Amino acid sequence: MEQYSSKVMEHFAHPHNVGEIPDADGVGTVGNPVCGDVMRLYIKVDKDVITDAKFKTFGCGAAIATSSMVTDLVKGKTVGEALKISNAAVAEALGGLPKVKMHCSVLAEEALKSALDDYYKKKGVPSPVKIPASSGHEHEME
Amino acid sequence: MLAVRNVYLDHAATTPAHPKVVEAMLPYFTDKFGNPSNLHDRGREAKNAIEEARAKTAALIGARPEEIFFTSSGAESNNFALKGLAQANSQKGRNIIVSQIEHFSVLHAAKTLEKSGFTVTYLPVDKQGLVDPADAARAINKDTVLVSIMHANNEIGTIEPIKEISAITREKGVLFHTDAVATTGWIPVDVKALGVDALSLSGHQFYGPKGAAALYVRKNVRIKPQIEGGIQEDGRRAGTENVPALVGLGKASEIAAAEIPRRMSHIAALRDRLQKGLVERIDHLVINGHPSSRLPNHLNVSLWYVEGESMLLFLNMEGISVSSGSACTSRSLKASHVLTCIGTDAAVANGTLLMTLGMGNTAEDIDYVIEKLPPIVQRLREMSPLYEDMIKKEKAG
Repeated sequence: MEQYSSKVMEHFAHPHNVGEIPDADGVGTVGNPVCGDVMRLYIKVDKDVITDAKFKTFGCGAAIATSSMVTDLVKGKTVGEALKISNAAVAEALGGLPKVKMHCSVLAEEALKSALDDYYKKKGVPSPVKIPASSGHEHEME
Repeated sequence: MLAVRNVYLDHAATTPAHPKVVEAMLPYFTDKFGNPSNLHDRGREAKNAIEEARAKTAALIGARPEEIFFTSSGAESNNFALKGLAQANSQKGRNIIVSQIEHFSVLHAAKTLEKSGFTVTYLPVDKQGLVDPADAARAINKDTVLVSIMHANNEIGTIEPIKEISAITREKGVLFHTDAVATTGWIPVDVKALGVDALSLSGHQFYGPKGAAALYVRKNVRIKPQIEGGIQEDGRRAGTENVPALVGLGKASEIAAAEIPRRMSHIAALRDRLQKGLVERIDHLVINGHPSSRLPNHLNVSLWYVEGESMLLFLNMEGISVSSGSACTSRSLKASHVLTCIGTDAAVANGTLLMTLGMGNTAEDIDYVIEKLPPIVQRLREMSPLYEDMIKKEKAG
């Protein structure tokens, strides 16, 4: 297996934004323990701006690092800007991910989209969020 | 980052070469560099060295020197055994029987045979990883030529009932191969006591060098060469011998033959200390494998609500080397087939650590692991949504 970048190791060893937001405006949980990763992302929104984001993740080094990075990236952004954050942007901000771990960045994008979708639903407005068809787990050959 | 201590608990992956092994090997890279196939003195010197290594390797497993065929790896020995024995005896039948928890070098060789017209029967194992000899007896039919069941499983350490199964294969006139890569050098391995016709072993698994392994094939048993084009290994395996490595394998075998009782008692005591310490300090923990019929150096644990790779990485930061059975550390992103076969819940299989001890480990090493692992697990659990859900469910009653 390819090695992790130093940025990934930094976010894995000292992840940012770990925890829960009890009165979150949006919560999204994605993944499956059978596949080895589950992410739960909480956001707090004030006047269309994401003021806080926290996460809880069960998963490998890359899953924890991408959770940490995606919560960093959304803070201070408007909901509309957050919707545009892609898995590639998360992976790039981490200095790249090993090929077999790219699915972790996809999961981070899905977790964010799922939390934003929840936010719109709680507000009672039609959600513009398109949850990507889970492309996260294309199992390779042994 | 420099850890305070270095604790290597991954001896099932590989072992360091014993200093005496390295010492024995060194002259064969430089002064004694000859090709064993040559008739001149340099060649004879090398030939004598590999024959001495063959005798020592044979002695370790109670075989005759002429029954030992050197190979490059355990995987090669397993491929040689499966394909070579099946192909050489295919006039008798075209069915082979293996267990579901064999190493991939057995399972994939069996798959290749399947594509060339053999049928393969896969025997299940129970929750502790044991093959039931009665299943083997029932599976053998008129078309069966070969049964291959590993001596002990390399992941969960369960030691299989080889004698019971070989009694059946003998009676039915079917060849029996066992993959003894995980056991050779750690517990007594005797081909006659086990009653097997072929057996794979690998040097780097027991303080020998990498690149030196062997397949035992009982006298008068036919096997088809898989590497052709040379007279080496009695015409069974072509290619100039890896003389230094084979000398190392011989030396490792000689050391093991004398040391096995001490290895077993030293390592089993440390393993039991590690198991007890972790069970006492970590809840929601499952020990995998058989409680008593298990390799003395193996501890395989599954921890609920945490993922294996992240534990492995945090342990590594503390200087502790272990393996993980999680989906995330395999390229396939699938949990270990062995854990799946023993019925481990797929969610907890991803939280598996394999710790395999060796002679270099001390009680202080073990206490260090017992001290370091629980806070890592706790930290990861506090980060885990699955743990959060479990706690909430418990509170809700």
